[in-house]
Amino acid sequence: MGFFQSNLPYLLAGISTGGQYALIAIGYTMVYGILRLINFAHGDVFMCAALMVIYSASYMPLYVSLPLAVIATGVIGFAIERVAYKPLRTAPRMSAMISAIGMSYLLQNLALYVTGGLTKYYPSVPFIADSIEIFGAMTKRVTVITPFVTIILIVALVSIIKYTKIGIAMRAVSRDFETAQLMGVRINSVISATFVIGSLLAAIGSILFFSNYTGVTPTVGGMPGLKAFVAAVFGGIGSIPGAVIGAFIIGICENIIKGLGWTTFSDAFTFVLLIIVLMFMPTGLFGEKATDKV
Amino acid sequence: MDKTKRRDLIISFVLIACIFLIVAVLEQILPKTSMLFTVLKKGSIYALVAVSMNLLNGFTGLFSLGQAGFMLLGAYTYAVLTIPVKSRAAVYQYYDGGIIQFAVPVAVGILLAGVVAAFFAYLIGLPVLHLKSDYLAIATLGFAEIIRAIFQWDKLGGLTNGSNLLRRFPIFRSALFPFAVSGFCIAIIVLLINSTYGRAFKAIRDDEVAAEAMGINLAHHKRLAFTISSFFAGISGALLAMFQTTVQASQFKSAMTYEILLIVVIGGIGSITGSCISSFLFIACSEWWLRFLDNADTYIGGFHVPLLRPGFRKVVFSIVIMAIVLLYQRGIMGDKEFSIEGIRKWLSKKLRKKEAHA
Repeated sequence: MGFFQSNLPYLLAGISTGGQYALIAIGYTMVYGILRLINFAHGDVFMCAALMVIYSASYMPLYVSLPLAVIATGVIGFAIERVAYKPLRTAPRMSAMISAIGMSYLLQNLALYVTGGLTKYYPSVPFIADSIEIFGAMTKRVTVITPFVTIILIVALVSIIKYTKIGIAMRAVSRDFETAQLMGVRINSVISATFVIGSLLAAIGSILFFSNYTGVTPTVGGMPGLKAFVAAVFGGIGSIPGAVIGAFIIGICENIIKGLGWTTFSDAFTFVLLIIVLMFMPTGLFGEKATDKV
Repeated sequence: MDKTKRRDLIISFVLIACIFLIVAVLEQILPKTSMLFTVLKKGSIYALVAVSMNLLNGFTGLFSLGQAGFMLLGAYTYAVLTIPVKSRAAVYQYYDGGIIQFAVPVAVGILLAGVVAAFFAYLIGLPVLHLKSDYLAIATLGFAEIIRAIFQWDKLGGLTNGSNLLRRFPIFRSALFPFAVSGFCIAIIVLLINSTYGRAFKAIRDDEVAAEAMGINLAHHKRLAFTISSFFAGISGALLAMFQTTVQASQFKSAMTYEILLIVVIGGIGSITGSCISSFLFIACSEWWLRFLDNADTYIGGFHVPLLRPGFRKVVFSIVIMAIVLLYQRGIMGDKEFSIEGIRKWLSKKLRKKEAHA
């Protein structure tokens, strides 16, 4: 019981970061499933969502600014796809990836300009940022809420993908781009929808993430973004449940490593995991056993 | 070698000598603090690392994002090995003067920087080089991050000084030094690319299956390209350490690799001269020419120019880069090279056109 007591905060924090990574990872895995593109700018979209909340919160109450920021993030995701990826649809895959890196560079520099290089602090969202006590461990309520929010959103997303028309179109496009186009699926609107959904989820993830770690800097999106991508690879890229499980595993492991006093290696661990996964099971936990991916 | 080729070679050498002479003269004329020298020094260092990345991405078709990690290895190897023994106690003040109690000469330090980077690249290459395109990119990026974490680990502090600065190692004062080292290394890379190995690399880039069918050992050549590229990245890391006078692991982030990648893309993937030109342009724009955009008190006549304040330079800069990436995908040089022969052909074409008109 003593061991459990002393490690509980890390476990809780792990479940909570895992949920936040899961929300980001879905954006990666959906985009990769359809476009075969690592959207390097996704982590920066996550950071932009946080900055928009910070700036809008000083003009309007939080219950207006939060939904507004979430919607605006969706618009940003849409715009990024239209500006940076759509013109390169027929170009080699590497061009789109370079464009993604350029976009990430642009978003970070924009954020640097807007913030003036200062760390901005996330407003304390009432209710979810309150402190509570579980089994004698002090934590914020967001820690407990995150897994539930994540699961609800994912159930909603999976049912969208399973039962709605746009969801069927998404599955068709990710299975075979050209055939789907020949069957009359509007590729561009499907891709836009993917980016919008991914960005909306990243925005919600950012609300949860920054309620816990309140400092926002222009490069803050990079690491969670890469970790979420690793989670997506771990779970099998293109698979939503895989990404979620991968994200929870990474979040929990990372916080346990922090708890053991190896904070320097908490980031490196994720990449070690990535390399092991790529070497021994390149399709991840739930990936389709396609051979052309790795 | 026929006559014109030999003449072109001589002209190239004369041109290179002229560049060195001009830099040497400028160093005598202009004040030491001029931005020009910062650009020349940093530009030549980035030119080397950009060319080394181009060797992988442009000539072998291996999309690797580990360059910052190998630069870190080079920078640390150089710094750790060349700090004079009497300065070690001050540098490693938290680690009892460090565990290494000798110093090697600068030239050996630079060479070892490359060797250590190449050695780690060889080890890293064993598991990851069979991965394809974006998976290779993310795996090498991951290795760079792992290397960075290891160098910040306080248990290795006796060697790496933990997350503290390394300083007081020998540095260069003249821009001629990085010019000479980078120029020499780039010349070696050019020779390599024009050799049978280089042709094998290009074959792998163009079609792996066909290259293998032609008898090229894929694994061997990929490993070779990766190791050589990292060797030169390590050397440029050592030069960067000398340029900055201090080394800290936290600066070698993935953002650094992205910058190098963007330099390669702007110069043209698969063009050595393109990478060199664009690295000087990139450094000049980001450090010097666009500085005025950061000045908040700019007036044109009585009109206060809006938007200008610190950071705006980088925004403009990244928009320009996006424009190049999206609209001008081939970069400055495409996959062509800047050469005397090319210029002569171009000139004679122009002349012939003129004659035809006349």
